[in-house]
Amino acid sequence: MTRPKRLVATVAHRAAILCYVVFALFPLFWLLKVSVTPNDLLYSEGVRLWPSRTVFDHFDFVLRHSDFPLFFRNSMIVSLSTAFIVTILASLGGYAMSRFTFRGKFWIVGLMLLTQMFPLVMLIAPIFKILSPLGLTNSLSGLILVYVAFNVPFATFLMQSFFDGIPKDLEEAAMIDGATRFMAFRQIILPLTLPGMAATLGFVFTAAWSELLFALMLISGVDASTFPVGLLSFVSKFSVDFGQMMAAGVLALIPACLFFFFIQRYLVQGLTAGAVKG
Amino acid sequence: MASEPYLYSAPALILIVTVMLVPLVIGISYAFRDMTLLDPFSGGFIGLDHFRAIAKDKTFWLALKNTVYWTGYSVALQFLFGLILALLLDKPFYGRGLAQALCFLPWAVPSFLSGLNWAMLFNPVVGPIPHWLYGLGLMSAPDNLLSSPTHAMWGPIIANVWWGIPFFAITLLAALQSIPRDLYEAAAIDGATPFQRFRSITLPFLAPTIAITVMLRTVWIANFADLIVVMTNGGPADRTQIVASYIFTQAFRRLDFGYASAIAMVLLALLLVYSMLIVLLRQTLLRER
Repeated sequence: MTRPKRLVATVAHRAAILCYVVFALFPLFWLLKVSVTPNDLLYSEGVRLWPSRTVFDHFDFVLRHSDFPLFFRNSMIVSLSTAFIVTILASLGGYAMSRFTFRGKFWIVGLMLLTQMFPLVMLIAPIFKILSPLGLTNSLSGLILVYVAFNVPFATFLMQSFFDGIPKDLEEAAMIDGATRFMAFRQIILPLTLPGMAATLGFVFTAAWSELLFALMLISGVDASTFPVGLLSFVSKFSVDFGQMMAAGVLALIPACLFFFFIQRYLVQGLTAGAVKG
Repeated sequence: MASEPYLYSAPALILIVTVMLVPLVIGISYAFRDMTLLDPFSGGFIGLDHFRAIAKDKTFWLALKNTVYWTGYSVALQFLFGLILALLLDKPFYGRGLAQALCFLPWAVPSFLSGLNWAMLFNPVVGPIPHWLYGLGLMSAPDNLLSSPTHAMWGPIIANVWWGIPFFAITLLAALQSIPRDLYEAAAIDGATPFQRFRSITLPFLAPTIAITVMLRTVWIANFADLIVVMTNGGPADRTQIVASYIFTQAFRRLDFGYASAIAMVLLALLLVYSMLIVLLRQTLLRER
């Protein structure tokens, strides 16, 4: 290519990238903007890119006079417990999938793929019916149980892909030296997959943090509400206060973004291994 | 030890079976029973009554049409823009890591929050989009797109495209980066234009990834009710109701578990037929090659 032509191509490429970045960030920018706009300016300066005066009143209200800190805490408990339990179960399961050939493996893989294909809304009614006599509706443990089961198949595939990347010779050498397979697994293989486990943790945390429909169905009281449920009831209960709603939205965004930058490096591997999950 | 792999995978399997498979089977049985939560006398078997009711249910047929519309446009646009983004990011440039992280960020935004966020952008009181559309002459007055009886579906579709582009971009980028670079160099030496290189190297290499992600994504999006529940709740007048959100409405608001499960079974059957058609199509195409 001639020089001016190449320059034009480069400029077009950077401009296109810029368009994508702007499109990706604009809604989040607007979320932030509304959350710091004082109420008296919200309507008069509706379409201005940045208000002439910013306040943190909405954050103050949400943090000190609403139930959102409680919702935040509930969501944290649910998401962190789910993430940790799933990561442990998926490490064990993924290790078995990666290192052994055993009878029924084909069917187990098929079963796990099936759980990724059918509409989960189908399970809303039966799960409610099963959990309710056990006292597990309206409780965080019930929600954790359901989320763990939903996330285990995908996480197992993901962990399997990480184990596949570690040479088998490592634990074979340890076993020749007299270690049991479980010792080799725990002391040699697990430390090597720590980054993979961190990625799994991040994926599952994000999924549990975002889940809405099952939380809506299984939780009805304020005490056990997770963040999405609290935010939606906030929208329907009062005349919508956009400032407060968006301040709460920013709070919901913070952990998700932290985990995102943490797992960003593993996105390619994660989404390719799971291939099904959003 | 022969039992070892079973021990390792047992906890995960037990959970999957008890929390997913058992309820799935129970859910299928609900489809043939009169099952409402608040009525203690319900629970009797009623045969195919629910399915007869579905055949006559106008909302269901509307929701089915909407599902096709919602899934078709969402997948097509997510794929198109995801492919372009992947191609743009495949070229090394200064600041690529940061640009990539920022472009992928919507994927991390919880879906309920994306829904609320976009609902706000479409709101003429606090959001800019109605005023932009009005300024461009696309709208006669700055109204809320989400309450338009004809175009409301585009609200959730746009939110879904915004949220789902990263997924396609990430998977396609991974596939792009596995294409051997020397192929392009050889083609360039032979005088192939960029478009020719794209058509005869990039596309054939991407084809398997495209086929599998598009298929899985179609199933996933057809089942994805969160954005619609948050943004429009199926309204106005069920114009944005898709089958998945209709199932949720039946179970959650009307507490009619039997009818909800019957609709879910119809959806499941349709998705199975779709998947099988795709697999068959793929095999015929592969055989012809």
